[in-house]
Amino acid sequence: MPVSETYVVVGAGHAGGRAVEAMRNAGFTGKIILIGDEPHLPYERPPLSKELLQGKPEAHTPVRDDAFYAENDIDCRLGRRATALDPARKTVTLDDGSHIAFDKLLLTTGGAVRRLPVPGADLANIHYLRTLDDSRAIDAGLADGKRIVVVGGGFIGLEVAASARQRGCAVTVLEMADRLMGRAVLSEISEAFRRLHAEHGVDIRLNTGVASFDGDGSVTHAVTGDDEKLPTDMAVIGVGIVPETALAVDAGLTVENGIVVDEFGRTSAPDIYAAGDVTNHLNPLYSRRIRLESWQNAQNQAIAAAKTMCGEAQAYSEVPWMWSDQFDANLQVAGLPEIWDRVVFRGDTGAADFIGFQMAGDRVVGAMSVNRPRDMRIARRLIGGDKPLDDAALADEAVSMRDLMR
Amino acid sequence: MTDATWHSVAAKDDVAPDEPIKVEVGDTEIALYNVDGEIFATSNICTHAFASMVHGFQEGEEIECPLHDGRFNIKTGEALCPPVTEPLQTFEVKVEDGKVLVKA
Repeated sequence: MPVSETYVVVGAGHAGGRAVEAMRNAGFTGKIILIGDEPHLPYERPPLSKELLQGKPEAHTPVRDDAFYAENDIDCRLGRRATALDPARKTVTLDDGSHIAFDKLLLTTGGAVRRLPVPGADLANIHYLRTLDDSRAIDAGLADGKRIVVVGGGFIGLEVAASARQRGCAVTVLEMADRLMGRAVLSEISEAFRRLHAEHGVDIRLNTGVASFDGDGSVTHAVTGDDEKLPTDMAVIGVGIVPETALAVDAGLTVENGIVVDEFGRTSAPDIYAAGDVTNHLNPLYSRRIRLESWQNAQNQAIAAAKTMCGEAQAYSEVPWMWSDQFDANLQVAGLPEIWDRVVFRGDTGAADFIGFQMAGDRVVGAMSVNRPRDMRIARRLIGGDKPLDDAALADEAVSMRDLMR
Repeated sequence: MTDATWHSVAAKDDVAPDEPIKVEVGDTEIALYNVDGEIFATSNICTHAFASMVHGFQEGEEIECPLHDGRFNIKTGEALCPPVTEPLQTFEVKVEDGKVLVKA
């Protein structure tokens, strides 16, 4: 390919970082420009709600070290936001007014936190969590004896709650639904994590939303939907993200719950690709489009799209997988089936040590586990495989998981 | 390590194929693997993020980290796929009288 080509990556998160690395690995020798609105080079987000809030700043995980970008001649424009994209003229405009012409462009713009439109939500000491700077701001407010209200009992809210509790804070979690992580996990898992948090002294309030926040400059109370006033020193809101699609919408790309792409990351516009949280992508294993917010998707979809841009067409075709760590419990979820007949459990659902297999006929179509990473690794292969499986063998601890795979 | 010495860390029979175990030499966590009857040793801590390799998935001479699916060659420590880029430290191993000795 001609060395004069320019590839632009908009979004310097995990996906953007892996993409530029993959372009160089694929032998692309042209110009690479990486644009990100955060002041930081690409990094992985999982530690933001876990180790980085637990007094372990060394757990910050850049995708590559600073030297990598210089050594690989990657032009990083940090603290800059792309404000317009013209697919016909193949230019992107930045918030400093500069225009960049590209031959190919990759959108890895990720997601923005969903904001809670309740009175008082703009008071000081009310935080959302998406970026390293968000994490550091929350970290600065965590200390022994501080009172923290977490709004949202999903992955992020519960990870923040566990981290804050480990720092000695008094933590209350408000969750609108009747169980935790309801969008993502089986009810047995929700219950295992409710017990886990209760045992560690987190006050979990189900069927409870926040109506408003009170305070004079800084938040002093979270007011629940039942009009209970909870005194608090800080609130953290974790009610999901929305895909950052404004640039794509304005450019006329097809957007429908994320930027619509095929299995190679190709958008509806020629030479414009997208990857990561922002995409609603075709997964060939499922023959349908899905939008994922996960570490795996950020890394591997970005690599596939980057390779495709460089002429080594690679489909992104993986069993979706995600995890959470709360206190000493590791949760893993894989498969994300839309439908299943029944669930077969191996292990003790009462003891935070089990795996559940979602079955469709004699096939495993999904799995969720608490504290069983090794079983889960095999379960992920079973999901991708075509081997018929027997409920009794799946449930029987005496039958090794490896034997089930063979 | 210039002052590395041999340490008896386990019985060979403790290390089953595809079931790595963790041992410690001083403050160093070491993972022992059985690859086709031969014992190998690497650092137990992934070079990418803090994870224990013995909780990972061993398949032949590859070990996959339980956290992020990074894979390493057990014999050489070589990093094989993203997100891992730095090799795992490996340790010399010998087996004497059914005991596994590691140079660390």
